[in-house]
Amino acid sequence: MPSELLRLTDASFTYVDHGLSVDALERIALSIHEGESVALLGPTGCGKSSLLFLAAGLQFPVNGSVIYRGLKLEHPHREIGLVLQDYGLFPWKTVRKNIELGLRIRGEAIDKSRIDMLLTELGIEEQGSKYPYQLSGGQKQRVALARVLILNPQLLLLDEPFAALDTLTRERLQDLTTSLWAKRQFGMVLVTHNVQEAVRMGQRILIMSGPPGQIVEQIENPQAMQVGQRSSDNFYEVAREVRERLERLV
Amino acid sequence: MRRRWVQYAMATVILLLGWEASAWVAEWFAPTGSASVIPHPGHVLGLLGLEMVTPSFWQHVGVSSYRVAMALVISFVLAVPTGLYLGSTPKLDRITQPLVYLSYPIPKIVLLPVVFLIFGLGNAGKIAMLVLILFFQLFITTRDAARELDREFKYSLFSLGGTKRHLFTHVIWPSSLPAIFTALRIATGTVIAVLFFVESVGTRFGLGFYILDAWGRADITEMFVGILAMSAMGVILYELFEGLEKWLCGWKPR
Repeated sequence: MPSELLRLTDASFTYVDHGLSVDALERIALSIHEGESVALLGPTGCGKSSLLFLAAGLQFPVNGSVIYRGLKLEHPHREIGLVLQDYGLFPWKTVRKNIELGLRIRGEAIDKSRIDMLLTELGIEEQGSKYPYQLSGGQKQRVALARVLILNPQLLLLDEPFAALDTLTRERLQDLTTSLWAKRQFGMVLVTHNVQEAVRMGQRILIMSGPPGQIVEQIENPQAMQVGQRSSDNFYEVAREVRERLERLV
Repeated sequence: MRRRWVQYAMATVILLLGWEASAWVAEWFAPTGSASVIPHPGHVLGLLGLEMVTPSFWQHVGVSSYRVAMALVISFVLAVPTGLYLGSTPKLDRITQPLVYLSYPIPKIVLLPVVFLIFGLGNAGKIAMLVLILFFQLFITTRDAARELDREFKYSLFSLGGTKRHLFTHVIWPSSLPAIFTALRIATGTVIAVLFFVESVGTRFGLGFYILDAWGRADITEMFVGILAMSAMGVILYELFEGLEKWLCGWKPR
């Protein structure tokens, strides 16, 4: 049994917006293990991203706890990587400098050959000296992935990473992420509002409702992340089941 | 670069033609026996050529340049770090806001006598006056730029293991640079205008004095030489900041 990476216990989260207190999450219980991929699915505004930010140690619960490898998460953990929907790339740094940044601020050696290998693995070897504005959306997301993967995360958090991309680019990047996951076996939490994406990438699909966000359904999906899964009958069956459950919630 | 020089050359030709036309009109309407208030550009450029080989002209240029450069450096050093810090520290920003709101709209130029009483009529007083005006222009723009920082950038940096110090060096400073350069370019116009004003009092050096002295002697052509020199100073400063921005902010789409 793989060991547990992350555990949220009765975690509730509230934030203040224009002076008003907003309940974003209510009593969330969630456990992520090594090498496991989990998809968080739910409508826009149900608190999926807030949950991810709790898991990243960027926000903190008002009640309950967030534990990483047995210790309370009080700040972003060096084993946890985060990829944001808008890429979060720094426009003033080249692709290479963006990727090096994590190593630089952690005081780790910058191994140029390792960065070159990663750029090649992600298909952006020609883009190293470019600035983010010179890249397409798909290339930007590859750079965002590279910037996190160079740090060898044990838990990868993805906040609707492919939402702004066209269908083909999105599917290519899903497959790329799947192959990276298969090689590296990190734990993964993917936030998405796309049913097919959740089915493709979540071995466990958690359906959220809200606000305040709550996990209301859980679907086991062991065939996720496998090569060729998208064209299998199982893929469409699971997608239909997920959609039906989502529709019941609306 | 070459295209820019061509654009500059064309703009200069247009301005000179407009100037020449104005000189003809002014001459036409000048009372008989009186000098025109607008000299011909050829006369002014001719005198400028003669003045440029005299040490006294360059002394005026040097003194004005020194005052402007010192004012810009001091304002930058005081305003930019303060603006970046307050803009990225919401609590402190809220506390200091009333002070900024009350002091910013005061027309600083009316404080000229007070500044001269405190710092004297020499370079210190003149530079202090320039700094007082430039500070707010740089400070407000820099603070606003730091305030508008996207949450995604903060989260990205912190999730990579960055600290608040890293946030400042890798995110807040570079993201605010374009706004700082915009403020500096706007400040160029202000600093030259205020320079003329402060050099009209208690000095025998500087282009402001040069212009007023020529005016006092009714030497309109020499007065225009001073105006031309002051304008050139403004253009050089503007281009300097433009060039620096291109060099340091090459990441901006153009």
